[in-house]
Amino acid sequence: MTQTEAQAQAPAEKTQKPIVPFLRLPEVAEGEAYLVGSKCKSCGLIYLGQRRACGKCFSRELEEVRLSNEGELYVFSVVHQTAPGIPVPYIAAIVDLDDGVSVRANVEGLDPNKPDKSWFGTRLEMFTEKVRTDREGNEVIAFKFRPKK
Amino acid sequence: MRDVVILGVGLIRFGRYPEKTVIDLASEACLNALEDAGVSMKDVQFFASGNLYQANAMVGQRILKEIGHTGIPVVNVANACATGSTAFRMAYSAVASGQYDIAMAVGSEQMGKAGLLGGGGGGGGGGGGGGGFDPAYITEGVLGSGTMPAVFSHTGIEHMRRYGSTVEHFVKVAYKNHKNSVHTPYAQYQQAFTMEEIANSRMISWPNTLLMCCPTGDGAAAAVIASADKARQFTTHPIKVAASVLTSDPYTEHDLAMFDVNTLTRNAAQEAYKLAGITGRDVNVVELHDCFATAELVHYENLGLCPEGEAHHWLDEGKFDIGGRVPVNASGGLISRGHPLGATGVCGIAEISWQLRGQAGGRQVEGAKIGLAHVIGLGSACTVQILQK
Repeated sequence: MTQTEAQAQAPAEKTQKPIVPFLRLPEVAEGEAYLVGSKCKSCGLIYLGQRRACGKCFSRELEEVRLSNEGELYVFSVVHQTAPGIPVPYIAAIVDLDDGVSVRANVEGLDPNKPDKSWFGTRLEMFTEKVRTDREGNEVIAFKFRPKK
Repeated sequence: MRDVVILGVGLIRFGRYPEKTVIDLASEACLNALEDAGVSMKDVQFFASGNLYQANAMVGQRILKEIGHTGIPVVNVANACATGSTAFRMAYSAVASGQYDIAMAVGSEQMGKAGLLGGGGGGGGGGGGGGGFDPAYITEGVLGSGTMPAVFSHTGIEHMRRYGSTVEHFVKVAYKNHKNSVHTPYAQYQQAFTMEEIANSRMISWPNTLLMCCPTGDGAAAAVIASADKARQFTTHPIKVAASVLTSDPYTEHDLAMFDVNTLTRNAAQEAYKLAGITGRDVNVVELHDCFATAELVHYENLGLCPEGEAHHWLDEGKFDIGGRVPVNASGGLISRGHPLGATGVCGIAEISWQLRGQAGGRQVEGAKIGLAHVIGLGSACTVQILQK
């Protein structure tokens, strides 16, 4: 079969979809995924994701901003028992991004069987990976963090 | 606002009652409270029922049909783990405002074996983003965890980061509470464990092991309250409600990603102490929200029982033991007595009432005159009630 014929027989193109709306996947293969936030034009507070109003100063004027891909490990737990289908143990963390927004995320690259207070403040960088396939056959992409080299 | 007193309290032993309905459980607790108060349902003018799992199913009215089909106003309350104590506060407000003279609050829950991994444990967060019902978009375990054992681990770990408390301190909290529960006839579990047994029990979400997590179960607790004036007609032991405060979580740096259970507790405690005219150091006995062993330590400081950063030192020195400076969770806390969600908030109030009356048996805190009941409902709500003899 020629290459053209093979391509004609290939299944409909699958896309990648972010697991949450505030994860923006790159438009081109070389691009970087990032988290989207909303910044209050009045008090400057930055939120994760979209907002209708600022919870702190009550302003209705917010603008979309791109959030930092790096941060530090604030606190963590290591989950050993959870719903079926989730590989355990995993590190469930609160990550403080450099721009002041905190996110819940998994951290990889640290040994979940050796949790330790030395982990506090670890510099982290975000990465993305496919976690599942949805009902339409799209790849579901999630973000995680790992220690920055 | 006029003075309000507790005329009577009642509950049923927390445990598992698969053969009963939640209305059975709640009705029994109510009848126990009415008997303790020497009050009939014909005297009760306002009824607040706290229940989570059947929050949309008119539990309050169904209880009244069992015990007093009188047509009085009923409010059904939901506030996560603070459901019962919020129901109490609703009843308190109804009487303090002058609108009603005698009111009743009951908290109940029948949980089956779902556990607190699911959303029923209260608190939002951890849910999926887009994608509707496609389970491929569930974020639990993929973007961190919103399960209660993990979330409340974060609470304790933050104290570890700030003040240097250790895993051993969290184990010690569980050790203290399990030891206390031996003297609590209504506790779901009444068994002491060694530090090793607790530390080596099955890991749920580090550092919380199984014996550091409150069990789910069924239960109900109720309280009958009245205006101080009206209380004179009844010959039980009135316990004064010196303060009944409810707060939600205000904006703080981490609150949107990681539930901040500290600020709203501090706010509630400050307001309550002001209303009662006391400080945290005047409190003789405390029941606070130890849903997980990692959740208790921070509240020693949040409630002003000890200085900032000293929680683990005071714990080491036995200051929170029965016989110590300010016994915390003499009942065994949620960890031992169980956490039927809606019931817990009223149970703490019942326990403090018994302590102040000298009716706490083997777990009695000698000479207790001022007691405090604290609950956190994740998402969040905090209630602080100060009771005085």
